[in-house]
Amino acid sequence: MLNGTITYWRQQLTSGAITPTELVQEIARSMEERNPDINAYLSWDTEAALAAAAQADLSKPLGGIPIAVKDNIAILGQPTRCASRMLENFISPYDATAVARLNAAGAIPFGRTNMDEFAMGSYGQNSAFGDTQNPAAPGHVPGGSSSGSAAAVAGGMAIAALGSDTGGSIRQPASHCGVVGIKPTYGRVSRYGLVAFASSLDQIGPITQNVEDAALILNAICGHDSKDSTSSREPVEDFTAGLGKDIKGLRIGLPKEYLTSGNSPAVATALQQSVQKLTELGAEIVEISLPHAEAVVAAYYIIACAEASSNLSRFDGIRYGYRAAGTNGLDDLYSKTRETGFGPEVKRRIILGTYVLSSGFYDAYYAKAQKVRSLVAGDFAAAFGQVDLILGPVAPTSAPRLHDDSMTPLQTYLADIYTIPANRAGLPGISIPCPVAEGQHPVGIQLLAPHFAETRLLQAAAALEKAFS
Amino acid sequence: MEASTLIDVAYIAKLAKLELTAEETARFSEDLNQVLAYVTQLEQWDTTGVEPMYHPLPVFDALREDTPGSSLSNEAALANAPAQEDGQFRVPKVVESAH
Repeated sequence: MLNGTITYWRQQLTSGAITPTELVQEIARSMEERNPDINAYLSWDTEAALAAAAQADLSKPLGGIPIAVKDNIAILGQPTRCASRMLENFISPYDATAVARLNAAGAIPFGRTNMDEFAMGSYGQNSAFGDTQNPAAPGHVPGGSSSGSAAAVAGGMAIAALGSDTGGSIRQPASHCGVVGIKPTYGRVSRYGLVAFASSLDQIGPITQNVEDAALILNAICGHDSKDSTSSREPVEDFTAGLGKDIKGLRIGLPKEYLTSGNSPAVATALQQSVQKLTELGAEIVEISLPHAEAVVAAYYIIACAEASSNLSRFDGIRYGYRAAGTNGLDDLYSKTRETGFGPEVKRRIILGTYVLSSGFYDAYYAKAQKVRSLVAGDFAAAFGQVDLILGPVAPTSAPRLHDDSMTPLQTYLADIYTIPANRAGLPGISIPCPVAEGQHPVGIQLLAPHFAETRLLQAAAALEKAFS
Repeated sequence: MEASTLIDVAYIAKLAKLELTAEETARFSEDLNQVLAYVTQLEQWDTTGVEPMYHPLPVFDALREDTPGSSLSNEAALANAPAQEDGQFRVPKVVESAH
């Protein structure tokens, strides 16, 4: 089991206490030892990591630091399978921009983390290559869809990891595993090389052991990219700039719609503790309202599935990926390839997405959902006229039990109610762990900020993290 | 749009080029009718005069100079192809031969 943050290992590396090669070997050892039980990784290439370690430039900000990468973010020459049979034999012919930028900052991308297939799922149970266990809550789900990234960091098998977040897929598993996860503002990080699920919602971000590490990774991966025309030209500041500064006078909104009996006692307690600590730190807690909070899940699943049904049409058995054998003609090849290559949740969402986009239903579902999305974004715009940040839960409960078959798909979708709004409105959001009683499972708390206000978001998260420790 | 609208999963699967089993068709019908019944709640929100929001940020046409650059080699582009021949993707015959 590997302990220590990026900052810690950077000190060890630059002081010569450990070499980059030894650090890679250390991580490989913990992978070999723990992964058979946790299944956080689908694959790892120790040889490639050792070759990179031998060349590591310790003068760079992340020099010599291995970072795990979710299986839907491309790494040149390595499998990028999205935990799907469809891409079982796929080897990426290029690096995602986020990965290229990690390399440029001296980091060593190491290990492909397990996930819900094509990032569709909340529990890490939709992988074609087996469930991921929650190292912090045995017998319970790690959350999803960045299940392996969160479990690897929580389980001492990675110093830090990249995940992706379309409706909470970084923040929710971070919450369930007791680690930190941030979804940056839409457009902060290039999506080039991130296998598309819902392009207007997807965003790459880090899962780390603390807030400072998240800031360090954001410093490396953010910024405009000519290969992603939706990436933002907003200047990239030093995201560590606010760390350690006090938050006196900061106005933090608490949406009254989020204080419901649907939250478990542990989540309600976490929220109360956060309010108390933030008040002690000199922040002002302001009750706000998000009148369309209830509408977000319905609108989200329509839009996300519609975009997914279009994005996943590229998996047709022609240019890459799986192709069914013994088919009769092109249509039969498409249909049998997709039937065998995709798992059940992916098919369910493709069907829903195809339906809401189909003739006669488009206005009633898709156009309506996009209008409701405007209302949700309007709620946040109004709220941020009053407050600097918004506080809320990450999920209504701590991690559910693995394979709780009593949950219908609809019930699992509804559990995304607190994480979806950030994606809907393009806002940055962070999940940090709250203190829990001995034997209790991890519970995180979420802070949301206006577009491009990551520095303020990280400042407040770091202050709260310190107050909790 | 009525709450009682039933999704014809078999038909939609055909549109989506998915050859579902009978068991999947039955299961997805049940799951998705439940989801659709839930999403009809969107009707309760008045969106008269509200512009749809297709993108989270106001991003307008992002144009760049059309200049030649490097791209994947033919070999790299074909490396993941399930079937290839003569530097091209091999696919089943799509044009009927003349008799």
